[in-house]
Amino acid sequence: MSALQKMMGWVDDRFPLTATYKAHLSEYYAPKNFNFWYFFGSLALLVLVLQIVTGIFLTMNYKPDAELAFMSVEYIMRDVEWGWLIRYMHSTGASMFFVVVYLHMFRGLMYGSYRKPRELIWIFGVLIYLMLMAEAFLGYLLPWGQMSYWGAQVIVNLFAAVPFIGEDLSILIRGDYVISDATLNRFFAFHVIALPLVLIALVAVHLVALHEVGSNNPDGIEIKKHKDPVTHIPLDGIPFHPYYTVKDIVGVIVFLMVFSAIMFFAPEMGGYFLEAANFVPADSLKTPEHIAPLWYFTPFYAILRAVPPLFGSQFPGVVAMGMSIVLLFFLPWLDRSKVKSIRYRGPIYKIALALFIVSFVGLGYLGLLPSTPVATIFAQVFSVIYFLFFLLMPWYTSIDKTKPEPERVTG
Amino acid sequence: MKRLKHFLFLLAAAPVVAFAAGATVHLDKAPVNLTDKESLQRGARVFVNYCLSCHSASVMRYSRLQDLGLNEEQIKDNLMFAAEKPGETMKVSMAKVDGKAWFGATPPDLSVISRSRGADWLYTYLRSFYRDDSRATGWNNTVFDKVGMPHVMWNLQGELAPVYKTQGGHEVIERLELVKPGSVTLAQYDAMVGDLVNYLVWMGEPAQVQRKQLGVIVLLFLAVFFVVAYYLKKEFWKDIH
Repeated sequence: MSALQKMMGWVDDRFPLTATYKAHLSEYYAPKNFNFWYFFGSLALLVLVLQIVTGIFLTMNYKPDAELAFMSVEYIMRDVEWGWLIRYMHSTGASMFFVVVYLHMFRGLMYGSYRKPRELIWIFGVLIYLMLMAEAFLGYLLPWGQMSYWGAQVIVNLFAAVPFIGEDLSILIRGDYVISDATLNRFFAFHVIALPLVLIALVAVHLVALHEVGSNNPDGIEIKKHKDPVTHIPLDGIPFHPYYTVKDIVGVIVFLMVFSAIMFFAPEMGGYFLEAANFVPADSLKTPEHIAPLWYFTPFYAILRAVPPLFGSQFPGVVAMGMSIVLLFFLPWLDRSKVKSIRYRGPIYKIALALFIVSFVGLGYLGLLPSTPVATIFAQVFSVIYFLFFLLMPWYTSIDKTKPEPERVTG
Repeated sequence: MKRLKHFLFLLAAAPVVAFAAGATVHLDKAPVNLTDKESLQRGARVFVNYCLSCHSASVMRYSRLQDLGLNEEQIKDNLMFAAEKPGETMKVSMAKVDGKAWFGATPPDLSVISRSRGADWLYTYLRSFYRDDSRATGWNNTVFDKVGMPHVMWNLQGELAPVYKTQGGHEVIERLELVKPGSVTLAQYDAMVGDLVNYLVWMGEPAQVQRKQLGVIVLLFLAVFFVVAYYLKKEFWKDIH
């Protein structure tokens, strides 16, 4: 026995190191037919780590103080060694996190990854998405530019629209009657400590649940149904390490190329990743001409604006916006189809999913624009489609004509 | 509730304002070239001579001008009028309250003005002042109506006066016309403003030249790494069918 083996034995008697490595990497059997869409899970993990590491270095020079915050970001951009690179990694990473997560969720919709027995994986995933939105919203206040300030103003005012408790609730969130230094401090605390802890915990349970039931695949069939009679290894499964680790490295490099192209040559991404108005320090007396949230929030912002106020209250819009996310939790039970994957679904689901994607992207586009009567009508149509995709799902998935699933995965 | 109503009104009114402000003004393309160090140096000179008396650039250190090919002595002798040491930032001696009293608004810090306004806006704005006796300063601007800032470089550009035309029953400014020549020609003035805007763009993010250079190296590295990773993956996967 070599010295290394001896040491591993010593550790394994006290901590399940080898067992954990086997269970999650070298003897975690994933379907061999993963395609392009299966890169985004590991990429999301990569971006999470990137955000945490760059975030740690940013906090070393950032000042969560209404008087100092804006200029401390510029100090990082100019006087801190490689500060500009760390800051752009973090700002580009924020948007790319949503790009990756949206594609990851779309994969789930296409191949029915939320269906039994993966309901909890999906629910943990939606919780991660919710936390991510909260994290992005809180973080966007920190540069203390005009859009930071007024964006936060708009969102916190949504809470004020809740009947009876709204005013008190919004004061509790702000820590003040207006967005102020107190708000900046508490948002900073939540952004750098509270939510990252919750996020990491959720990602951990997302992965534990995944590795308990095993990964879905583009065919939407269970590889555990056909196991080798002797080894009990799924016949269509391959060890995650080394097969998917070497494959994911290729995905990571391609992703980093896209990421670098944006970060080094267009870090503002034409105003979508960093808004021009956010290079003006926050001014509580000067409302910007046009307040638009960042692109990853705009679908929900468009739903909010599409719902007309009731008795002068924006509350119905706030409820609609909330419901548009809450519905995601129920997806595993709304889908009644006999098959999971889009490959074996009938035309109705394919059309429904296409309409849903068009509506979601359309809402995202409309949310960027100032609202006009025509834009509002479009937003209303898209919002109705968005909700019908979920609400009618039990009906249209059960009448849809499905194709028979194959016994084994099909490459 | 009242605050919310007020807020919703603002939300509803915002797009109207946005359209009213954004629709009409035509912006000229600014001649930005960050590799032209001489232009950047000339721009820096205009900046410290004409802008820095009222505007600050509070995160910009004089010593950073070394990136433009100047040495510390040159910076000290030619560009530092309001600071002792090159490590200092470009502060302004005028008090904020005075600025507010004199111009109606505190002149904004210009460190990142090119990132909020954009080069073309600045280039057009600085060339679009015209005589308007109804304004306290005697100046107005076609890009920024009723601006508090006077035409600081009027003795260079000279005086422009508006030429009106009728459009939809309203008198609107068609173009500006030189009525009193300045000490340089209009073409020379445009070139000078071009240098200044070039400098402002550079100052908005002094690391941007280095950023793009590094980006090329990183992408080349990743391209090589991709080839290695691709064949590594292929090698591992050749027995998976």
